[in-house]
Amino acid sequence: MQIEASALAVERGGRIIFTNLGFSLAAGEALVVTGPNGAGKSSLLRALAGLLPLAAGRIAATPGASGLRDLSHYVGHADALKPSLTVYENLEFWAAFLAGAEGGAADPVARIEMALSRFGLARIADLPAAYLSAGQKRRAALARLLAVHRPLWLLDEPATALDAASQKVLADVMKAHLADGGMIVAATHAPLGLPARELALGGTVGGSA
Amino acid sequence: MSKRRPSALAALLVRELRITRRIGGAASMGVVFFLCLVTITPFAIGPDLKLLARIGPAILWIAALLSTLLGLDRLFQADHDDGSLDLLFLGETPLELIVLVKCLSHWLMTGLPLVAASPVFGLMLGLTPQALGEVALSLLVGTPALTLIGAIGAGLTVSLRRGGLLLSILVLPISVPILIFGVAAASAEPGGLVPFMTPFPILCGLTLGAIALTPFATAAALRHGAE
Repeated sequence: MQIEASALAVERGGRIIFTNLGFSLAAGEALVVTGPNGAGKSSLLRALAGLLPLAAGRIAATPGASGLRDLSHYVGHADALKPSLTVYENLEFWAAFLAGAEGGAADPVARIEMALSRFGLARIADLPAAYLSAGQKRRAALARLLAVHRPLWLLDEPATALDAASQKVLADVMKAHLADGGMIVAATHAPLGLPARELALGGTVGGSA
Repeated sequence: MSKRRPSALAALLVRELRITRRIGGAASMGVVFFLCLVTITPFAIGPDLKLLARIGPAILWIAALLSTLLGLDRLFQADHDDGSLDLLFLGETPLELIVLVKCLSHWLMTGLPLVAASPVFGLMLGLTPQALGEVALSLLVGTPALTLIGAIGAGLTVSLRRGGLLLSILVLPISVPILIFGVAAASAEPGGLVPFMTPFPILCGLTLGAIALTPFATAAALRHGAE
């Protein structure tokens, strides 16, 4: 599988964030998006996920999916956890909801439990998400990546609030995903511990005017 | 692909019902608000039992309309605030069906309790047994339309901090037809000018129309708001 993006432009609030941005990504590759605050890293990820309309350019996935929407996991700044549901219930819902035609695992329950234990959440799986710390919430959001298989991971500052051990787990999980033929596009300021190409966004557009 | 869809929607319904039940109060709060509105009206109008019995169905309907709108501003906003709405876009399930399921869950937890409570509160207004039945039946058919139309407002105000009042301002004018035919059905008297079966089918038609059309409007509003 391959993703080709060419001449992308994204506009927010009547202001062009970036123009003429292109990259290609093959199976097993990771792309790290860097740049100063406001350079458009999050906007790029949201545009790739189909959550922001493109002002120009096109994104194509081969073989022939219509868009990246059904292929992507998106982990943004918000963790998408319902405080009143337990960690397990949160994950169970997203696993059922995001499972696609071929994404439905043979044994979804085992898969959810594997995802929880991989991120060290097995012991607090029955705790309502409201009682989690910021790092634990982030880990619960990241556990979604493993609960359902989707080939493209769009990660916006995935290591935020994670301790050193969890960052190591995240790096290992990402490496395993790449070795499995998956793809990752991550926006980050901190190094992720991955062999990855870098896409540097300028961030001079609009600057301090 | 089509085999997966029911399970995604079923998972969504279970989640919505669970959240409402856990948070607690959403259902009971609507009913208590309903009760408050129904009980303060006689204080405002005075102890004229005949008058109360005549306008009772209208009071119950207005109270049901306001109680339905009360909790609707959080219908999508909670998901918007915690990032869930982004992920709901990423599923294979069409947004229109997601809207429909969320409205169904909202109606089950707030609309249905109102319908169940309306005969009890109708007694307080001195309604006749027949009027009690007509009010309950018209509310049963009409409240889903109120939820569905209110959802358009909830979709439009999804990114606004305090969208509750704006939602009501947007939605109240559109819900006038429901109110007219709902109250007409609820206050039909035997041998009166308008028999029950004249406005009631129109009310049913309005609700069916709302089920068919409003999810598209709400989904469009959400897509626009998500940018």
